[in-house]
Amino acid sequence: MNRADDIFAALVEAHRGLDEEESLRLDARLILLLANEVGDGDRVLALIEEAHASRGVPNDAPVSGSSEG
Amino acid sequence: MKAATTPSRVNPVYPFRKPDDFDGRERHYPVCVVGAGPVGLAAAIDLKLRGVDVLLVDEGDTVSAGSRLICLAKRSLEIFARLGIGAELAAKGVVWNRGKVFHGDDLVYAFDLLPEEGHRWPAFINIQQYYVEEYLVDRARSLGIDLRWKTRLTGTEDQGDGVRAQVSTPEGGYSFTCDWLLACDGVRSTVRGGLDLPFRGQSFPDRFLIADVRMKAEFPAERRFWFDPPFHAGRSALLHKQPDDIWRIDLQLGPDADPEEEARPERVLPRIRAMIGPDTPFDLEWVSVYTFRCRRLERFRHGRIFFLGDAAHQVSPFGARGGNGGIQDADNLAWKLAETMAGRAGAALLDSYEAERIPAADENILNSSRSTDFMTPVGGAAEALRDSALSLSRTHAFARSFVNSGRLSTPALLAGSPLSTADEPECADFSGPMRPGAAAVDAPFGKGWWLDRLDGGFELLHFTDEGGTGPERCAGLPVHCARSEGQLASRYDGRPGTTWLFRPDQHVAARWRSLDPALVGAALDRARGRP
Repeated sequence: MNRADDIFAALVEAHRGLDEEESLRLDARLILLLANEVGDGDRVLALIEEAHASRGVPNDAPVSGSSEG
Repeated sequence: MKAATTPSRVNPVYPFRKPDDFDGRERHYPVCVVGAGPVGLAAAIDLKLRGVDVLLVDEGDTVSAGSRLICLAKRSLEIFARLGIGAELAAKGVVWNRGKVFHGDDLVYAFDLLPEEGHRWPAFINIQQYYVEEYLVDRARSLGIDLRWKTRLTGTEDQGDGVRAQVSTPEGGYSFTCDWLLACDGVRSTVRGGLDLPFRGQSFPDRFLIADVRMKAEFPAERRFWFDPPFHAGRSALLHKQPDDIWRIDLQLGPDADPEEEARPERVLPRIRAMIGPDTPFDLEWVSVYTFRCRRLERFRHGRIFFLGDAAHQVSPFGARGGNGGIQDADNLAWKLAETMAGRAGAALLDSYEAERIPAADENILNSSRSTDFMTPVGGAAEALRDSALSLSRTHAFARSFVNSGRLSTPALLAGSPLSTADEPECADFSGPMRPGAAAVDAPFGKGWWLDRLDGGFELLHFTDEGGTGPERCAGLPVHCARSEGQLASRYDGRPGTTWLFRPDQHVAARWRSLDPALVGAALDRARGRP
């Protein structure tokens, strides 16, 4: 993923100062735009499923990739 | 909930006549249809046209009190044309193919449900349910169907080889037996209630005001749907044109609306006034306040009792999938019963009613639930997604696909039907939407229309290269020969040799690239549920 830190920072920045409802709407617009960019409906449905399935993963669970140390 | 309204039309009254059944001798009828709504009348007429004697009972003595089902979809029009009321519908109904979806003041998109020529029937005709029922009753009477009004079914008893039914009338009750009983008695089906069958599904909390308004207005004959219109802020509205200068207005009221209060003229009139503007005089013809439910019976057949239409399944009105789905139920079952009673079918044929119509009902429930969910989002995230789809749709064409104001009724595809013959490998090159299970699509044919040729039996369509001539019969079935060019050929991918087998309900049973009596015979057996 190129520009990952830029993207993450931009997402956080876009939500800054928004109330809860405004944030929900920003996310919703973004999700629909991204879904369109993905293009393939099956792939979008799989990603929704993946996001839903991982909702119980605790924040401090080990993640794939290398850790510092 | 009824408001003070001023109906412009007086419905016909069909008087109770005391039948001979009161003489104490219990009679037997081949088929009893319960409920003289559009579905029951369609089933009774279809059976009678196929040579089956029908007793039709209804607890009322007239047609629908309000306009109710107003949008007859193309498939329903094709079915009703086959049943013999096409001319009446065409003369009276309001034809429409187009719709518009607005958000606030702005047009979000327009659509055309039938953007091509060469079909006898349009995408939709709007007509009040009472007219449809009146035409069907007249047709049923002209066919000699035994129609009994003020005759309420009070009980059924499955006797294994038949059903014993009790009815009550203004002059007392009587009982009779029948081979088959068709429950077409609506959402509050007494047949279903008598058998204590669960009718489960989803309820939607929002209330909707449905009003018929009589006025001279210049809106075009198209479906108009608004999200958050200026005249009804924060909610949705729907407008349809009906015959006789009557307009259907459907306004979302929200979950907290008081149904009694909202049906009062002092509440209704300002809402209508806000919508149509200050200058147009109007009268209220009919008003009702609804909530919607989507639910169905687990099984549509219980022994010798079949459930059709709203007695079997209920949907929200968005998409016009209730009545049009029910009419397809009748279309699906009538020929199967007739073939069975004539001894031409295997047991699997009647079983296929559920195999074909339960998935169709589920498709209608799914679509109408999704439309209602889109209109009445529950929770902040659902509302944010809905509103985002609407606002994006103004600037991004892709987002219009998400905007759901009702996915309008289309004929069930009957995918995976046990009556369909799977394509041979040589059929892999077929293109277009027609396939086994699909309802036949119309096209010009000779001096008329293709679907008018499919008038109730198993029939073959065979494409040839020279002048459209060929064999007149194959495997005992009539063969319609056609040239392999023109609209019919293009809609059925007709090349020289291409052959389609149609069922009595005009759905495709099988297709080939050649005409082979052995293959036709095998497909015919399969389509009749014979092992």
